[in-house]
Amino acid sequence: MSNKQQFVRFDKVDKSYDGKILVVKDLNLDIAEGEFITMLGPSGSGKTTCLMMLAGFETPTNGEIFLDSNPISNIPPHKRGIGMVFQNYALFPHMTVYENLAFPLKVRKVSKEEINKKVDKALSMVSLSGFEKRMPNQLSGGQQQRVAVARALVFDPQVVLMDEPLGALDKNLRESMQYEIKHIHESIGVTVVYVTHDQGEALTMSNRIAVFNDGKVQQLSSPDKLYEEPVNSFVAEFIGENNTFSGEVADMSKEKCKVKLNSGIEIIANPIKVKSKGDKTIVSLRPERAIIDPENQMDNKHKGKIEEVIYHGDHTRVRLDLLGNKEFILKVPNSSARMDIKVGNEINIGWNSHDARALDPK
Amino acid sequence: MSSETQKILTTDGIPLEVSLKKTEKKNKIKAFLLVCPLLFFLLLAYISPIVGMLFTSVDDRMVTNMLPKTFKAMEDWDGKDLPSEKIFEAFYKDYKILVDENRHGKLATQMNYEKNGFKSILKKLARKQKKFEEGNYKEQIMSVHKRWGQVDYWRAIKRRAPSYSYIKYLKGVDMYQNEEGSIVQVPEDRRIYKILWLRTLEIAFFVTLFCFLMAYPIAHLLATLPMKYSNLLMICVLLPFWTSLLVRTASWMILLQQQGLVNDFLVWIGIVADDHRPVMMYNKIGTYIAMTQILLPFMVLPLYSVMKTISPSLMRAGKSLGGTPFVAFWKIYFPLTIPGIGAGCLLVFILAIGYYITPELVGGASGTLISNQIAYHMKHTLDWSFASAMGLMLLTGVLAIYWVYNKLVGIDNIKLG
Repeated sequence: MSNKQQFVRFDKVDKSYDGKILVVKDLNLDIAEGEFITMLGPSGSGKTTCLMMLAGFETPTNGEIFLDSNPISNIPPHKRGIGMVFQNYALFPHMTVYENLAFPLKVRKVSKEEINKKVDKALSMVSLSGFEKRMPNQLSGGQQQRVAVARALVFDPQVVLMDEPLGALDKNLRESMQYEIKHIHESIGVTVVYVTHDQGEALTMSNRIAVFNDGKVQQLSSPDKLYEEPVNSFVAEFIGENNTFSGEVADMSKEKCKVKLNSGIEIIANPIKVKSKGDKTIVSLRPERAIIDPENQMDNKHKGKIEEVIYHGDHTRVRLDLLGNKEFILKVPNSSARMDIKVGNEINIGWNSHDARALDPK
Repeated sequence: MSSETQKILTTDGIPLEVSLKKTEKKNKIKAFLLVCPLLFFLLLAYISPIVGMLFTSVDDRMVTNMLPKTFKAMEDWDGKDLPSEKIFEAFYKDYKILVDENRHGKLATQMNYEKNGFKSILKKLARKQKKFEEGNYKEQIMSVHKRWGQVDYWRAIKRRAPSYSYIKYLKGVDMYQNEEGSIVQVPEDRRIYKILWLRTLEIAFFVTLFCFLMAYPIAHLLATLPMKYSNLLMICVLLPFWTSLLVRTASWMILLQQQGLVNDFLVWIGIVADDHRPVMMYNKIGTYIAMTQILLPFMVLPLYSVMKTISPSLMRAGKSLGGTPFVAFWKIYFPLTIPGIGAGCLLVFILAIGYYITPELVGGASGTLISNQIAYHMKHTLDWSFASAMGLMLLTGVLAIYWVYNKLVGIDNIKLG
């Protein structure tokens, strides 16, 4: 019986290269069938190692990985039936596009007609029909990338792994490829495990994101939850922009807590990772959740001094000195032509205590 | 549109094209001056000796200049009957000058190459001619030795009349021009060069093969090991490179001789009996072993430089797409190393085909190559024109191999580093 919710399962997986440091620690991760899951994290966080263990190029030091309920640690890579897109595409430079795509089919002894049919289909999927005869070095970076995606999908694998496939492309191309990969995933419904260190990419493409740091999954949730409700200060800081205040819990109720900042002022926050009075904490607040000239029902209202104004086209970023934090960032939409946003002016800032999340101190 | 582009001028009013050419000309001259020393050196040390060799190999003016009157008189002699008195007289006069100037020894040597038995009758003539009287030289010369009355010898002289000849090339492939002037093979028991050419090709081929078989895994290891170990391995590969060729060959002599280390070891572990020690030196085996070891780096380095550029993710891609490790190697890795294989094989083969010092020292009689024969003629028989002819034949052979390789693989596919 295949288990749709646990199509790929990492069960208490540890990995160490040198026997001294664990690059992956006690990893438990379930990936559902047809899901697009992204492993996101800074370099050295263990995300690529996880991918390599799933692909079969590394073996777990401890624990087991299951694919469709079967343990796969002892299955060599070529028998796993997992497609993979590599960071530098890894197209075979001595073969034409057609031969590159036919390779996984040929080794599976697929008939010639079937190969032609499948290669045609895969190429039209990445809109590269008519490129069969080209050599990889005659293609642009984006085209090579599409060929690599097509090659990883052409043999109908159960799972496709992508190891920072868009890392070498320029910004515009990267964005359009993100949508393209997302659409391909939606149309064929294959399970995709995607590795990246680019949070924008992760947020755009994934059903769920696993944020890695220090060999551990810090948070596994959907993009919106990850952004709106980070569970610890690493995730809050890693995903999106973030204003922080460090302090100590002064008072605690069920829904709210008072945090006494180092400057002595108290703010009201949403207790996420703090348990009791006296706990050290970092309060995290998204720049767009703080507004100028707050309405009355907001329970945090403070005065700040404008230190810097940076024009960003569609919005303006304002750096404030607020409650002793000189790096407090505010995003002001450009439509509101406010004349008083000038360096040196004092303005009123407010936010709801629900959006100020009191997380663990680092 | 084109008229517009043609009329582009610089601010000084000079057409842009002219101005561009002017600037580029300066650069070209600079570049040429930079390569000048090398060009000069190549001309002096490489091209001119080859031209010289080509000349020496066909040059046969020595005999022509020694017997000018004789060859002039022989011009209308058909070579069927004994020459007339006129030719005998001309020959006597030429030879007398040579004897007086004490240059007749060289003629004797040269004529003896052409026909055996010439040396002795020429020497005898040199002694006897002092008492010759004027007139009727034919009879006087014939009375010196009966061979002077044989038409073969006179034909042999006539054959040496042209200033240039290709007989050395014929000799290099065990052929000669017989008395009727047609080109035939020498008798079977005297064919040595053909065997030598074939042996040279055979040894070069197998040395290349052995080098390839040994170098491929080493180069692969070098390219894939972590830096820490690969550096050490690289030094091991290069160490012989930094040791004198002679020392390396000599060390093989110490190892391979019958009382040498390898044999001692084989006897000690009991594989061979003490009185049946295998002969590993002064034969082909010795040449194979020593040359393979010495030429190995020339195979390792081009292979390594190519393998270094092959991304390890290609093999991974091959495996993840379903290829077994062997298929991934054979269909992906191996084809990508072909430029290195080509470069290494060509390099080793060309070096091996002209190898001299190692076969000379460890080859013995059955392990020597054509180059040893060339050296022999340079140093011992002093037949430089024959040595030049064989050297040029070797060079032509190498160029032919290069040409074939270019046709098969393409020379721009080669990668030396």
